[in-house]
Amino acid sequence: MATIDTAARRAPLAARRRPAALVGGLGAAGALLAAVAFLGLALGARSIPLDVVIDALLDPRAGDNDHLVVRELRVPRTVIGVAVGAALGLCGAVLQGTTRNPIADPGLLGLTAGASLAVVGAITWLGVASPAGVVWFAFAGTAVAALVVYGIGAIGRSGDEPMRLALIGAAVTAAATSLTTVILLTDLETLERYRFWVVGSLSGRDLGTLVTLSPFLIAGALISIGIGRSLDAIALGDDLARGLGQRLDRARWSSAAAVILLCGTATAIAGPIAFVGLAAPHLARRVTGPDHRWILAYSALLGAIMLVGADVAGRLVAEPGEVEAGLVVAMLGGPVMIAVVRGARPVRR
Amino acid sequence: MTTGEAALAIDVARRARTAGRRRTHRVELALFLLVLGIAALSLSLGAYAIPLQDVVRTLLGEGTAREDFVVLDLRLPRLALGVLVGAAFGMSGEIFQSVLRNPLASPDIIGVTVGASVAAVLALLVLGLTGIAVSAAAFGGALIVAVLIYLLAWRDGVSGPRFVLIGVAVAFMAHAVLGYLLTRADVRDAQSAMVWMVGSLNGAGWDEIGVVAGALAVLVPAALVLRAPLRALALGDDTARGLGVRAQGARLGLIAVAVALAAVGTAAAGPVAFVAFVAGPIAHRLVGGASALVAAALVGVLVVTGADLLALHLLPGGVQVPVGVVTGLIGAPYLLWLLATAGRGGAG
Repeated sequence: MATIDTAARRAPLAARRRPAALVGGLGAAGALLAAVAFLGLALGARSIPLDVVIDALLDPRAGDNDHLVVRELRVPRTVIGVAVGAALGLCGAVLQGTTRNPIADPGLLGLTAGASLAVVGAITWLGVASPAGVVWFAFAGTAVAALVVYGIGAIGRSGDEPMRLALIGAAVTAAATSLTTVILLTDLETLERYRFWVVGSLSGRDLGTLVTLSPFLIAGALISIGIGRSLDAIALGDDLARGLGQRLDRARWSSAAAVILLCGTATAIAGPIAFVGLAAPHLARRVTGPDHRWILAYSALLGAIMLVGADVAGRLVAEPGEVEAGLVVAMLGGPVMIAVVRGARPVRR
Repeated sequence: MTTGEAALAIDVARRARTAGRRRTHRVELALFLLVLGIAALSLSLGAYAIPLQDVVRTLLGEGTAREDFVVLDLRLPRLALGVLVGAAFGMSGEIFQSVLRNPLASPDIIGVTVGASVAAVLALLVLGLTGIAVSAAAFGGALIVAVLIYLLAWRDGVSGPRFVLIGVAVAFMAHAVLGYLLTRADVRDAQSAMVWMVGSLNGAGWDEIGVVAGALAVLVPAALVLRAPLRALALGDDTARGLGVRAQGARLGLIAVAVALAAVGTAAAGPVAFVAFVAGPIAHRLVGGASALVAAALVGVLVVTGADLLALHLLPGGVQVPVGVVTGLIGAPYLLWLLATAGRGGAG
């Protein structure tokens, strides 16, 4: 299959890296995330010195405006950024692993299109107006789209055909996007709300929503970690994986559950954010080699770094306004992605 | 193997090939008849319904003044533009997908038509242009993005996976620019930009049809001439080389033709959503894996003209939506149905 750039194929060259180095890398990534998060607390329309930020976290004074900004606005925003970014990174790693497709991502597989359709439908027909009300519809839309994609993939399964799932996802996107457009063209009010939801942003999101949805996030993360080994086996191809004693159907449906939980929650909280799910696993694989448990851990961290970093950058470029994180992540991530793809060893056919 | 057996094997192979070709021709004929049927319907149906025999009479130049106006000035331009644009998108998608051996490599997914949208929306919202200037901007946008992707994907040649990945990355960036422009614009302007972005056959006039037809008169023969290298490339670079095809040169030529087709179609009607994406895979599954350039063009025509018919007449309450809204709605579910029922994928 021309399009597959499987971990299996890379395995001999990207020989197993030493665990010590990988743990060190993970620590470095964690430190980077902490640094970016701190910047997220300090920078913005009102820049706050780092010592004041630390003060605000450790020893908050009531009535201090800087402390109020840090604690009430920026901490929730950064926490949401970390959670959503990590969820998207993990989700992308699971998707790319289980479909053996390097361009699998929640956007291309139709999940965000499903979420968008559900949100637009909820705004138009049910009159749901608040961001908090939209959450469950985004979640449900993601889940339905994922089930349709996986379901059709399972009905017509014909052996080793990773590209099929991507094709099905793109077709689901086409259908859902068309329906969404019909609604948007006939209803100006819905378009007014929707166009701000659809770019994906961390501003004005409610920490309460994250808390409500956190069980889903945690469940999704645990399932992802649980299927790490199965993903390694799947990377070798269906036949070999079966030969190694893997129960492929169970692994596939577990991965579907993880994807729905992670991507559904992320999209519900922040709107459809493209690119993190595609790029984070790519970058992770460059560091870790083929072992999926490492890929998953790195993807989560890198996803969080990317999203929080994009959010900070979006606040800096357009002061005193801001550019939505979803837009920044695509504009900054695009060139990085292109550089990574160009730098990769040519894929042999 | 005795000579008898060898002769038998050759005979079997030849018969299989003839059967494949016959199936291709049957499919093409069936698609053509369907297109004719839809054409007849779209010339005859409408607020002022005209019976088929009167449509034919009008086309032959013997209609009343009123029939002349409705058929020749209102309905025929729309149909003609739909046919041209559908063929352009269908062929463009099929060439992209075959050359890059990847069903996701269609111009609407790798960012070529999104590039056109960015240029057009910039022209509409920021520069305040209208009409032909927007089309020119779209054409330029598609070309610029395509050249950009090609150059970025070049590394001792262009390979399918790298091209698609870089195309997807470019598409993400273009979508981000679109999102930025649309959230900063007045909501009414955003909506009119969206109408352009889904693609529409409204206001088709003979002047632009002439331009599009002229462009296709060059591009379609070019695509048909390159059909043999296209078929070889679809089998893989090594096979193509074995068949005496210079892989990189042939690929560049084919991609250039495909980009030009997509750019012409987009300039004329906007990026009619997902026609290029669904036409190839549907044609492949109907034809059965063989080369499907003509069938893909016909599927493209069928999707666009059929979708326009639906968009104009079949929605309740006299709501007329742009054709691009419906193309995704009829093309995508049909493709899904094919994917669900097919035992083995040709293009997939």
